[in-house]
Amino acid sequence: MNNDKKKDEILHDHNHDGIDRRGFLKCMAWAGTGAFCVIQGGILKSYSLSSLSAISGKEPKGELSFVQISDSHMGFNKPANPDVAATLKAAVDKINALPTAPEFMLHTGDISHLSKPGEFDNVEQILKDAKPKDVFYVPGEHDVLDDNGAQFRERFAKGSQGAGWYSFDKRGVHFVGLVNVMDLKAGGMGNLGKEQLEWFEKDVKHLSKSTPIVVFAHIPLWSVYPEWGWGTQDSAEALSYLKPFGSVTVLNGHIHQTMQKIEGNVTFHTAASTAFPQPKPGSAPSPGPMKVPDDQLRSVLGITDVNSVRNHHALAVVDSTLAG
Amino acid sequence: MRKVFYLLCIAGVLLAMLAGRTRLFAATPASPTPANMEVKIDNFTFSPATITIPAGTQVTWTNHDDIPHNVVAEDTSFKSKTLDTDEKFSYTFTKPGTYSYLCTIHPKMTGKVVVQ
Repeated sequence: MNNDKKKDEILHDHNHDGIDRRGFLKCMAWAGTGAFCVIQGGILKSYSLSSLSAISGKEPKGELSFVQISDSHMGFNKPANPDVAATLKAAVDKINALPTAPEFMLHTGDISHLSKPGEFDNVEQILKDAKPKDVFYVPGEHDVLDDNGAQFRERFAKGSQGAGWYSFDKRGVHFVGLVNVMDLKAGGMGNLGKEQLEWFEKDVKHLSKSTPIVVFAHIPLWSVYPEWGWGTQDSAEALSYLKPFGSVTVLNGHIHQTMQKIEGNVTFHTAASTAFPQPKPGSAPSPGPMKVPDDQLRSVLGITDVNSVRNHHALAVVDSTLAG
Repeated sequence: MRKVFYLLCIAGVLLAMLAGRTRLFAATPASPTPANMEVKIDNFTFSPATITIPAGTQVTWTNHDDIPHNVVAEDTSFKSKTLDTDEKFSYTFTKPGTYSYLCTIHPKMTGKVVVQ
């Protein structure tokens, strides 16, 4: 804080938990403008995008690179974004222009707006133009309308368990896709359910504790804003299975804005939507689509690029907007 | 235009309520003409959240949000399809009782129908 050079780095860790409270707020403040956070040995170091050039020479290149997109809401056509296909295409262009080509993509749900076959078709067609060919999907609540997710599983999660959950490994990183948009209870938030929790506990139990873990699901697995249902009822149980692990990254969507929180060994991150923004928690009467001036729309939409660095137990999470 | 629409809605609700009330105090309750009741879905809220109606009333929910919602009874006695913007769902309540319902897409949204 004392000089320009250090103002974008978090160097204080009073509680030895990797969190600098002031720094955490700074990281939050960057949401939407782009933040770059690296966790090394449990200590968070974060930088604004404007200071990236200062560190890019020092940081090793990632050995695994993937990209997260979210909330494409194909079929939505209201004033907040009358052309969600165009902004999804812009997201693909952004992905194709990344300096390190991602190996694959994660889509954290709300692929469609109304679970219509044509909407799913359209997204699949647009994503075919992306350099990474593999896409791993989890459903949002808009993808399981009126059929309990049958169509979603048939298209995007063949061979998955239960409502559509699964796991896989890429270059030593263990990925788990969870479903928290089904069987929601009155007055509650997102829901994983007993069957999925049991599966999840078994799935990670056998892993070496040094395995980096990435968990992705649609609704945040942390309480962002329970008043709007922005959280998951039984996420604490799920996270308890991850306590022994040194590096855990949780990637979510649903809230149409970037947000990050670090808690011990766990980094929580939400991606922007490729379709329309939603208001900051509590800043509007409801979490409905937010209309911004047309020329500002792409600056509040975006993609999230994630790189893992071997031997550093680090996952670098970089948000970039669709503007420019 | 919108204002006029809302005023009409409010007038409609008031009329429906009056109609319901009249029936409650009517001397001959046999085979009454079914009353109608409107519930608006606006800003992720059912409004009014609780309604009290005589048996035989048809309730119509209309989604005014840019986001789809649905109307599902907790005891599954009624269940709408997903309602996109401006779509409606109607259900006629014939048996007295208290019916709690929610939008299963956004479960923070809850409402209640008390049938007398």
